[in-house]
Amino acid sequence: MSKFHISATVNGEAVEYLCDPKQTLLDVLRDELNLTGSKEGCSSGDCGACSVTLDGRLVCSCLVLGVEMQGRSVETIESMASGEKLHPLQQKFLEAAALQCGFCTPGFLVAAKSLLEKNPNPTESETRYWLAGNLCRCTGYDKIIRAVLETAADMRGSK
Amino acid sequence: MSGFQYEAPATVEAAVGFLAGAKGNARVLAGGTDLLVQLRTGAANPDLVVDIKRIGELRQISGNAASGFVIGAAVTGAEIGEHKELAKAWPGFVEAMELIGSTQIQGRATPGGNLCNASPAGDCTPAMFAAGVVCVIAGPNGRREAPVEQIPTGPGKTSLAKGEFIVAIKLPARAKNSGDAYLRMIPRTEMDIAIVGAGVNLTLDASGACTAARVSLGAVAPTVLLVDAAAKALIGSKVDDAALARLAAAASAACKPIDDKRGTIEYRTKVAGVLARRAAVIARDRARS
Repeated sequence: MSKFHISATVNGEAVEYLCDPKQTLLDVLRDELNLTGSKEGCSSGDCGACSVTLDGRLVCSCLVLGVEMQGRSVETIESMASGEKLHPLQQKFLEAAALQCGFCTPGFLVAAKSLLEKNPNPTESETRYWLAGNLCRCTGYDKIIRAVLETAADMRGSK
Repeated sequence: MSGFQYEAPATVEAAVGFLAGAKGNARVLAGGTDLLVQLRTGAANPDLVVDIKRIGELRQISGNAASGFVIGAAVTGAEIGEHKELAKAWPGFVEAMELIGSTQIQGRATPGGNLCNASPAGDCTPAMFAAGVVCVIAGPNGRREAPVEQIPTGPGKTSLAKGEFIVAIKLPARAKNSGDAYLRMIPRTEMDIAIVGAGVNLTLDASGACTAARVSLGAVAPTVLLVDAAAKALIGSKVDDAALARLAAAASAACKPIDDKRGTIEYRTKVAGVLARRAAVIARDRARS
């Protein structure tokens, strides 16, 4: 079966790629575009390690086909820092030790950024529910939740 | 992994054309939260996948509470949750949709997908049964409408014919003093599959007596169930303790569940009555307010 030629926007830049119909967006990001920040955990939409935003909406990139991307726009963890300058969430995750092995961290950061864009002042409960689709087997979550809430407070304060 | 033909038509007619003309197995792709997992595991091995998200009319919510809402088949849970008028008129339906999966899943999943995946344990499906949703179905012979309870016929099976797909779900015009609710039992607080789900939708008259009701159950039979006997227990009553006890008994009596790792037959049967009763109380209180 022939490959599809897709034109899409990835992290603000126009990209073109060839893909098979069965390749997921995650496969395309990692294997065709060499953007390996998004991780493959479960491949079934349960773990959130592959979280990206698609036209501004938080999704699991393992549950999107690469061929669906024609004309659409995706933001990945690679767009989060501005050059050497980390996003406040990234900085806080480091300071608060909100990661251990780090495999789930890109997904948590993308999901947390999406939360704070929608709701700059989330409660702890709202934060935990928003991030319920991001699994971490190391930290026990408390440090992650605290880091997100502290970042939200910092970002509100600096406005 | 073998490939498949992928099409993303811009019109309903073109989508029907692809589905009706398919040689072999065709699947509709809406949110893909079930289909992509099935592709991955090999549970689905289609020759053709038709993505319906490029069809403009399927991406919209139209109508209002008084006239009835029409929700296009590619509208996601996240979009439904953000629609304030819909959430006000049909809180049970909206809450049921929002119970499905995570924030990420909500960004993709659709009510029509939940219905056509035809899991007996789907969360939005019982709420649609209770609400009295009518499905708009496009096919080679044009469009037809069918009550939602006629769609699932067994686990993973629907009554849709070759070439047919759901283009919209219609929530009926909302009568005054109406309320709906959906509750599910899961062993965790989030991200799990229902052991039992219960949906109730009812309308009260000025005296507080129930004039219309629909009661549904999920995960207690091969398909979601519409339980007429449970609805009859409410109709004519003030939805008081005696009526709620009859409702709970009728709900439990309708169960034909399986034993599995999530729950036993005995447990599911008992909990179905408890949840139906609790959902009826919420629906009643919403109808009164």
